[in-house]
Amino acid sequence: MSAQERGHTLGDTEQLGVLGTLRRGVQVSPQLVRGIGITLLLAVLAAGGKVVVPIAVQQTIDSGILADGGPDVHRVLWLAAGAVLALVLGGLCSAAVNIRLFRASEAGLAELRVRAFRHVHDLSVLTQNTERRGSLVSRVTSDVDTISLFVQWGGIMLVVSVLQVGVATVLMLVYSWQLAVLVWVCFLPLAVALHPLQKKVNRAYTRVRERVGAMLGAVSESVVGAETIRAYGVQARTQRTIDARVGDTRNAQVRAQNTVSVVFSSGVLVANLVLAVVVVVGTHLGIGGALTAGKLLAFLFLVQLFTGPVQQATEVLNELQNAVAGWRRVLGIIDTPVQVADPGPAGVPSPRGPAEVRLDGVRFAYPSGPTVLHDVDLELPAGRSVAVVGATGSGKTTIAKLVTRLMDPVDGAVRLDGVDLRQIRTEDLRRRVVMVPQEGFLFDATLAENLAYGLRDGAAPDRGALLSALDELGLTGWVNELPAGLDTPVGQRGESLSAGERQLVALARAYLADADLLVLDEATSAVDPATEVRIARALDSLTTGRSTLTIAHRLSTAEAADLVVVVDAGQVVEFGPHEELVADDGVYASMHAAWVAQTR
Amino acid sequence: MPPRSTPRRPATLTGSVTRRSALLLGRGISSQPGTYVLAIGTSAAFGAFTVAVSRVLGWATDTVVVPALNGDADARGRIWLAGGALALVALSLALSVAGRRVFAGIGVSDQQAMWRRGVTRQYLKLPMSWHRRHPTGQLLSNASSDVEAATNVFNPLPFALGVVVMIAVAAVALFTTDPYLAVAALIVLPLAVLANVVFQRKMSPAVTRAQELRADVADNAHESFEAALLVKSLGTEDREERRFADRTDQLRAANVRVGVVRAYFDPVIDMLPSLGSVLVLMVGVWRASTGAVDTGDVVSAAYLLTLMAVPVRAFGWVLGDLPRALVGQERLARVVDAEGELALGFTPLTRTAQGAALRMTGVGVEVPGPAGPVPILRGVDVDIAPGRVVALVGSTGAGKTTLVSLVPRLSDPTTGRIEVDGTDVRDLAADDLTAQVVLVGQQTFIFEDTVRGNVSLADPGESGAPTDDQVWDALRLARVDGVVCDLPGGLDAPLGERGSNLSGGQRQRLAIARALVRRPRLLILDDATSAVDPRVERDILSGLRSHTDGAGPTVLLVAYRMSSVALADEVLHLEGGRVVDHGTHGELLARDPGYRALATAYEQESERRAEARADALDDEAMAGDER
Repeated sequence: MSAQERGHTLGDTEQLGVLGTLRRGVQVSPQLVRGIGITLLLAVLAAGGKVVVPIAVQQTIDSGILADGGPDVHRVLWLAAGAVLALVLGGLCSAAVNIRLFRASEAGLAELRVRAFRHVHDLSVLTQNTERRGSLVSRVTSDVDTISLFVQWGGIMLVVSVLQVGVATVLMLVYSWQLAVLVWVCFLPLAVALHPLQKKVNRAYTRVRERVGAMLGAVSESVVGAETIRAYGVQARTQRTIDARVGDTRNAQVRAQNTVSVVFSSGVLVANLVLAVVVVVGTHLGIGGALTAGKLLAFLFLVQLFTGPVQQATEVLNELQNAVAGWRRVLGIIDTPVQVADPGPAGVPSPRGPAEVRLDGVRFAYPSGPTVLHDVDLELPAGRSVAVVGATGSGKTTIAKLVTRLMDPVDGAVRLDGVDLRQIRTEDLRRRVVMVPQEGFLFDATLAENLAYGLRDGAAPDRGALLSALDELGLTGWVNELPAGLDTPVGQRGESLSAGERQLVALARAYLADADLLVLDEATSAVDPATEVRIARALDSLTTGRSTLTIAHRLSTAEAADLVVVVDAGQVVEFGPHEELVADDGVYASMHAAWVAQTR
Repeated sequence: MPPRSTPRRPATLTGSVTRRSALLLGRGISSQPGTYVLAIGTSAAFGAFTVAVSRVLGWATDTVVVPALNGDADARGRIWLAGGALALVALSLALSVAGRRVFAGIGVSDQQAMWRRGVTRQYLKLPMSWHRRHPTGQLLSNASSDVEAATNVFNPLPFALGVVVMIAVAAVALFTTDPYLAVAALIVLPLAVLANVVFQRKMSPAVTRAQELRADVADNAHESFEAALLVKSLGTEDREERRFADRTDQLRAANVRVGVVRAYFDPVIDMLPSLGSVLVLMVGVWRASTGAVDTGDVVSAAYLLTLMAVPVRAFGWVLGDLPRALVGQERLARVVDAEGELALGFTPLTRTAQGAALRMTGVGVEVPGPAGPVPILRGVDVDIAPGRVVALVGSTGAGKTTLVSLVPRLSDPTTGRIEVDGTDVRDLAADDLTAQVVLVGQQTFIFEDTVRGNVSLADPGESGAPTDDQVWDALRLARVDGVVCDLPGGLDAPLGERGSNLSGGQRQRLAIARALVRRPRLLILDDATSAVDPRVERDILSGLRSHTDGAGPTVLLVAYRMSSVALADEVLHLEGGRVVDHGTHGELLARDPGYRALATAYEQESERRAEARADALDDEAMAGDER
């Protein structure tokens, strides 16, 4: 993989280990470790609360029930009061630890989420397009959610477990180092076995996720392809596929759960076997005088403190690994270099006014792809309308993307009013140069909100301005026929409107954005000819004095333009006014003749 | 819901929350009776064995540990016995835990599979009008997160039922030992259960809210990333970031809220059994001092409490998951109980060599609007003779797509009749209709399958599945065989996510091949050739006739391009949901001004421009003269 190619794909920061990920993660969201010292101190105190009962058992038995001279009720009462106090204090510390951990981690994760989100928008279109949209979304949603859920459940459990086992061990050592060592020796095989078991569990759940993904893929076909499925009557076949995937998912789930069940119940088995061992060995030690009955019985309670952590360990480790993997993916986004970088305040300001664009020796190739534009020199004069025509794949869309700086040329430069686009502040550039992509994306909001989307400062849509803009474009009649006029909800991705209507909205939105150079990419391919002509005419008169660059699919657009650029196989082969090119009898003339033949 | 008895029992639950919760749990259990007998049985055994562990420990304390330490030689002989007894109980306990978890897991997985099969059956059965009312995201989450929400409560359910057994056994064992000790030990259990219930009740709205906000953040991110190109081209990154940061902050606050609830309840729930143990020790010392109980009894009771700390939480889990389960179940029930599937017809449609006749009489379609029903089509009459090629022309939003989608019954009209070969399509057998009447839509849907699968829409070897030769024939007719030849694997080449490895024109031609392989008698092309070169389009349509020895299918094509319209024998002009004229292209040009405007838009525009240019030149010339 070449360096350039790598630059266009998202990083996975895979080389980072667990510690490396943590370090980088903390670097990105320092909120995570704010006040961590106090939190840990409180956590140690909270863990202390866990050994209150074993101590109470030992004391009650040795100096209470089995005390020389019979049970000392008075002493036990004092003990109990002390135990209750210690339990309450431990509880308070534990609450404080939880709250502090949640606050810090959520603040850090929110920061992480927003930074990753922004970075996705800052990445070049090439990088954005190498990834499925869904996978980008999951990096700022489910990946971060995994971390958040881990902190809320597993993370707390991990901290509590480690401290709990630590405190229990210390107390065991105080009571009987021999038994303490024995308990550890008994649990060690399980601890050693944990890692491979956890890997097995992890593999099982990876399989479940894959199967769920495949199943949801099949389900989504039944929803997205509903029309096709009905038109061809292939319901039964689709259902068979879904049923098979549902069955696969079920089997993978059961298998994963069985693995977990085995691991979990082994924990139960070991913990209770340790109990038996402690009773046998402890009694022998006691006979030797090394241990009182109370201390031995307290051990039984202390062993309990090991059971929970051992049982949960595989699940917690699994969650931990998932969380780290998720974290790595999110950090991978943030660490992916931005190919089309904003020079920022250091850049050259670009004042408003008629826009003149020049392409100087521009060459462009997609990463690891062939060259799609060869050494193009082109001058688009200020205030004129220019149409780019050419066959599919000739490179005409590439020109539009270079002029709007969605991509940078490999060689040469694109200049706006003489300044290389790479040096112009992105904010200025976007204000002056606006593109209407072929697929007009609409947000799930009202028509008015969609129209106003391109307006600066996110100002509330001024209905008067919107209506007069629509009027200027000759679209008033169309809007009035909509169920609720400007307030009509357009649905998800604008799907309540037809493809042609969506293009109308996209066009009006771009017009409202009031740019110096408007770049239209076949933006009216799905409206009927009469409407298209009407809009073209309206745009024509409204963009007088402004520059427009249109990627023309229909030659009517080229006819209307001041200048026509003919692109063929990545080269500009003809350039000039429509009449001249038609008279020249070249590529354009024959394209035009073919077009006239198909429209009349 | 699949095992459906007749008459069909609605999946929707009614009544009070308690009744609905009970119904939900009851129906879930009775849907997998065998599994749940085993799950609840092993869980009950687990409850009994847990009590047994504490009893054996108590017995060992009194008969082995204490006497042995006091120098009783007999007791020393029993040490290994105590160890053996403990080991045996440990093994039984571990086995019952494994059984409980395995069977509970199977129960949940089977229920999830059952719901998924149930909802997807409905997705395939319900009409397009239903699909249009339900966003894709919602239907997908029905099959994923809603299924999980509705069934997750069954994970801890067997455990909780086993705990009921555990408490009962413990109560009996304790009361037979000493009533005072029993009360001291058991008094904390209701408190612990209560604390868990309160906790889960506080927790679940907080969790639900966080869940909603998570979905909100995901929707926001999804929409924003889908709009990535727009965001870039308008330079609205800052606005998108603000919008996302705002949602994210709400989610953060909600997650912290969940955390705070946990932060306070966790220590309380942890503390209660510990407090209970301390109480048991106090009462135990007093009872021991009176000689009513032995050390072992006290140890056994205190130990039992520590063992029960986790199990009593199971009630909290069940009660906490129930509200979410009810919401999930309700959403699933709405899909499963949805009505409106188009009634099936049974009249066969005879396949002849000729094209099919299509007749529409008084067809009207209304859709619900904010102020009552909005008509999309009104009184449409159409009569198309077999073998004719008819173009349907009209401006954007005239109702063309709605009209043609009625023929293969993607939906049914509000009024009027649509007949194919003289039979109302609503009476025709669905298989016959889709085999002989094929609609190719504006947008081509490509399945995640091979080329062969996408064209044949059948599994190899399935009865009636087209042969590879037939598939190649169709590809050739649709002029897309060359493209397929170039794909690695040919017919076996997998087509990626929604056919992303094909261009728009290639996808459209593939869709046409998919239609042609069925040898339709009525072919409806709804702007299905917009990205196909006009010459190729002409070749395809003329190929249809020669391929069928002149007796080509009836073709109804929706088109904007005059080159496409020119291929038709006659033209239907649709405006505002009505047929305004019908005749040949020439006739309509002559007498229908609306049609003329549509058909000659480009031509007139060219002329207008030429004139404007001439005027401009004149003006310049005049200006020059004046100077």
